[in-house]
Amino acid sequence: MAKRKSVLPGRRLTLGFTILYLSLIVLIPLAGLVVKTAGLTLPQFWETVTSPRVLASYRVSLVTAFFAAVVNVVFGLIVAWVLVRYRFPGKKLVDGLIDIPFALPTAVAGIALTSIYAPNGWIGKLFDPLGIRIAYTPLGITLALIFIGVPFVVRTVQPVLQDLESDTEEASVLLGAYRWRTFRRVILPELIPPLLTGFALAFARGIGEYGSVVFISGNMPMKTEITPLLIITKLEQYEYSQATAIALVLLILSFGLLLIINSLQRWSNRRLRSS
Amino acid sequence: MAGAVTTVTAVSNETRPKHLTEARWVRWTLIGIALLFVSVVILLPLVTVLLESFRKGWSVYIEALKDPDSIAALKLTLTTALIAVPLNTIFGVAAAWAITKFTFRGKNLLITLIDLPYAVSPVISGLVYILLFGAQGFLGPWLFEHDIKIVFATPGIILATMFVTFPFVARELIPLMESQGVQDEEAAVSLGSRGWRTFFKVTLPNIKWGLLYGIILCNARAMGEFGAVSVVSGHIRGETNTLPLHIEILYNEYQYTAAFAVASLLMLLAIVTLIIKSLIESKLVRSKHGE
Repeated sequence: MAKRKSVLPGRRLTLGFTILYLSLIVLIPLAGLVVKTAGLTLPQFWETVTSPRVLASYRVSLVTAFFAAVVNVVFGLIVAWVLVRYRFPGKKLVDGLIDIPFALPTAVAGIALTSIYAPNGWIGKLFDPLGIRIAYTPLGITLALIFIGVPFVVRTVQPVLQDLESDTEEASVLLGAYRWRTFRRVILPELIPPLLTGFALAFARGIGEYGSVVFISGNMPMKTEITPLLIITKLEQYEYSQATAIALVLLILSFGLLLIINSLQRWSNRRLRSS
Repeated sequence: MAGAVTTVTAVSNETRPKHLTEARWVRWTLIGIALLFVSVVILLPLVTVLLESFRKGWSVYIEALKDPDSIAALKLTLTTALIAVPLNTIFGVAAAWAITKFTFRGKNLLITLIDLPYAVSPVISGLVYILLFGAQGFLGPWLFEHDIKIVFATPGIILATMFVTFPFVARELIPLMESQGVQDEEAAVSLGSRGWRTFFKVTLPNIKWGLLYGIILCNARAMGEFGAVSVVSGHIRGETNTLPLHIEILYNEYQYTAAFAVASLLMLLAIVTLIIKSLIESKLVRSKHGE
């Protein structure tokens, strides 16, 4: 964009409206959260956010979101690879299905997944005799988060894979490298930035997710209680300052991840452009 | 753009040269794994919703949807979307215009701030309004005195929905208008076209598909939002229940068939949204190639 003054109209109107609306809907409400937490003394705050039940909820949220994101990196890469490079019947349909977790309301996903993986559900029934319970355990939470996270990895890897020039691959083959070696040495390094971005997006979404998890988790304190649910529980008990303090911790974590994701995406885009 | 991965990709059907692809068995193994993963993780829940909602037959299905509480929930969901989506659309257009047509300091910060709601847990999106407008909130006493109800009432639900769907339209338009530059508008203005006329006659035709794309995604999220709305709604049956909240109530009351019947409505919305989305994508791809 040119540095000179634009001749186009509406600068003040649109910028003013943007900042006003942003402040009213997003910034002031979020600032309220910080102000409310400031009402607690530091020891009070610390005691709230490190009490055993709260710590247990961080652990459940972080561990399940982490494993779900790892699973999505592995399978997301395979799905993106297959969609970009191979031909097979039903390819368009598979490509469309990838977006379902974005568009399907989380409550719908939640009750559907619960009825599949409950001890009397289609898949739960198969595992129940083996002594493996899926619904109402951390495993169930992880499965819900895998569902939620599918599009993130696939949709960040797909465009990079598509724009990958074949000349480096070509050269590697000419130099006598086997397919697997070419993949590891030539293709995979290009895919690291989008894979990391996809991982971070899925992980961040998993930590904050509520709707799809609340049905399948069983919500047992210390065991299957995720942090967002604990915030709601505290609210329902009118423990406003406790709910707010826990929310602030979650918020800071999300901000950190947002900053990491933004720099990952810049890195990824730079590589995309320079290649 | 955390949370927003909306890329316009065309599924290509060209075959790669033989020396640049894998052995046949590797290809089919990978395709098999991908198909199995997508079927179990994504397709199976969709099929489950359909089967469960029709388990007791067509008449029970219709009965569940005709229930007054379901109708009330549907009405509230439509009202919420009808207010939240247009407001966020106006914001999205204004923000995209300001960001892509002018230079100013702090532009990157502004873009990051617009992204914020993507990164915030839905539960927190609801909580912030409780802290502002709830009985113990900053404005609570004043609102109580003037008998204005915001949380545990429709306005709270609309506000929480607006927060959650805030970035959708802006996020779709900013990259699109960035790539289109400012030449068209500058030409129109230098020929004497006025502000609004320039927007409606020059900019809008250029961005219409991208705009529509953002609006339908915004709408799908607005109608389906659960966590944020759950916090501010108060769960009053027939009054402050949206469709997703109604599903939860029915499910917790063990009315599974009814819960899945209502869920099937929202699933239909999701599928229609994605079909429109892919139609728009093919338009966008074509208009890019047409240049």
